[in-house]
Amino acid sequence: MTDTTFASPRAGKRGSSGRASRIALRVGLYAVLIVFAIWYLLPLFVMLTTSLKSLDEIRTGSLVALPRDVTFEAWRTAWSGACSGIKCEGLKPYMWNSVLIAVPGVALSTLIGALNGYVFAQWTFKGANLLFALLLFGCFIPFQVVLLPMARMLGLLGMAGTIPGLILVHTVYGLGFTTLFFRNYYVTIPYELVRAAKIDGAGFFRIFWSIFLPLSLPIIVVTVIWQFTQIWNDFLFGVSFSQSGTQPVTVALNNIVNSTTGVKEYNVDMAAAIIAALPTLLVYVVAGKYFIRGLTAGSVKG
Amino acid sequence: MQNWLERQVPKVVLAPTFAAILIFVYGFIGWTAWVSLTNSKLMPRYDLVGFGQYTKLFATPRWDTAMNNLFIFGALFIIISMVLGLLLAIFLDQKIRTEGAIRTIFLYPMALSMIVTGTAWKWILNPGLGIEAMVRGWGYENFTFDWLINPDMAIYTIVLAGVWQSSGFVMALFLAGLRSVDGEIIKAAQVDGIPTHRIYTAIIIPSMAPIFLSAFIVLSHLAIKSFDLVIALTGGGPGYATDLPATYMYAMAFSRGNLGQAASSAMIMMAVVFAIVVPYLYSELRAKHD
Repeated sequence: MTDTTFASPRAGKRGSSGRASRIALRVGLYAVLIVFAIWYLLPLFVMLTTSLKSLDEIRTGSLVALPRDVTFEAWRTAWSGACSGIKCEGLKPYMWNSVLIAVPGVALSTLIGALNGYVFAQWTFKGANLLFALLLFGCFIPFQVVLLPMARMLGLLGMAGTIPGLILVHTVYGLGFTTLFFRNYYVTIPYELVRAAKIDGAGFFRIFWSIFLPLSLPIIVVTVIWQFTQIWNDFLFGVSFSQSGTQPVTVALNNIVNSTTGVKEYNVDMAAAIIAALPTLLVYVVAGKYFIRGLTAGSVKG
Repeated sequence: MQNWLERQVPKVVLAPTFAAILIFVYGFIGWTAWVSLTNSKLMPRYDLVGFGQYTKLFATPRWDTAMNNLFIFGALFIIISMVLGLLLAIFLDQKIRTEGAIRTIFLYPMALSMIVTGTAWKWILNPGLGIEAMVRGWGYENFTFDWLINPDMAIYTIVLAGVWQSSGFVMALFLAGLRSVDGEIIKAAQVDGIPTHRIYTAIIIPSMAPIFLSAFIVLSHLAIKSFDLVIALTGGGPGYATDLPATYMYAMAFSRGNLGQAASSAMIMMAVVFAIVVPYLYSELRAKHD
């Protein structure tokens, strides 16, 4: 998607009258693109500048004005002092919760997805297609339909309101996508490879470990990015299945922003929003190509 | 014996996933369906009483608002995101010098949590200090942009933020689609002197039908599930003016202690998703076998 040999269609005629209108068209084109770029950037710009202003400056100044006196006070409060509910310890503990949920959640769902995908692509058996369809279907259910029984199940397992409980939820509901990613990737690897390895006496796991896993880096990166963004950005499961102390950062952010007590500290809200968004933004900036691949792989089935 | 065992390994590997899906997806759907047919309040009860919860649901004005909002939000969100996404993709496809940078800018909102998006737009749309105050500060004293707190308009702020979040992703999908169209056909059309806009409308866009379908499925799925954005941006308010089925379900389940209503509303949400996704999945899986 980054490099392409496909030439865009453009009028091939070259005349002096066409030249002026073509230049006008190009200028218009760039103008439209720039306007939209500003629209997409505006919220980030406003968040950033607001987070660097004092409350006084926010009340008196304009939304889009640059901060007169840059202060990092709001960032400090957002990180370690802002109140979410009755606790006032900032986002720090909740960021850590999100890490504790996301890392095992991503690792487990990716590993199991890889093994599943390997089976569906290279070791199919009678009925495997039906299983795959059933699994895929799980990607599409609105999670509201499993919210109530999940809450009871976590209670029965003694995991209600715990971080392992959230890891379980994210792992289970991530399996559809991770399996799909790996299956679609492994399906392109010729079966002859498996057959040859089998003749040499290698078993299921040996072939996976020594042949498929070493080939899997690109799809592992895509899956990890996909799962990480999904889990980090999740709110519904977080707000439904956590309790004070185990909440992920999205829930804490919402609590800080929508708390009704005290003076509204917009600069702290904005700093908190940026902090909560930093990990996934960082992933996007560092591995944007894979991020896009994950997005499109998750939507264009097949 | 050894051989038979070895042949079972793939099935054994799948077994835990399969068991999990059976319980956590299909079993849970069954559980919710069951509870939706009971009089469960704070605690689930398992004596079936019929479709009373559904009758009550459809007689509730708040649910009515939620479904209406889903329709307004869903339609506008999907249409605007697709039109905007397609236009931006076509514009970006014209050998734009800074394509990489612009694409990055258009797409980054998709990396953000809906809670972050909601927080940002809540601040910008806040009449007292946001856009309204800014334009008034420029001297237009009568400028009004109070959609966020106007019950009739608040749902459109959700559309605005939703489109901001997702249109870049649609753009990326379409751009990938544009680039996968056979270059030879386009060159042939250019040689024949067919104007650019005709090449797009007659050749390129029709050949991207599967991508339109994918984009539609993803966007409608996002729309029906939308929950975080509403919570962060309007909290469902003013009143319950921006309630969606997802927020209705959550309110019934976790703050109103009405599990029966929560379950029946969740089942309706699932029915809507199924009506859209099942034909799609069916055609996708069937196409593979051919």
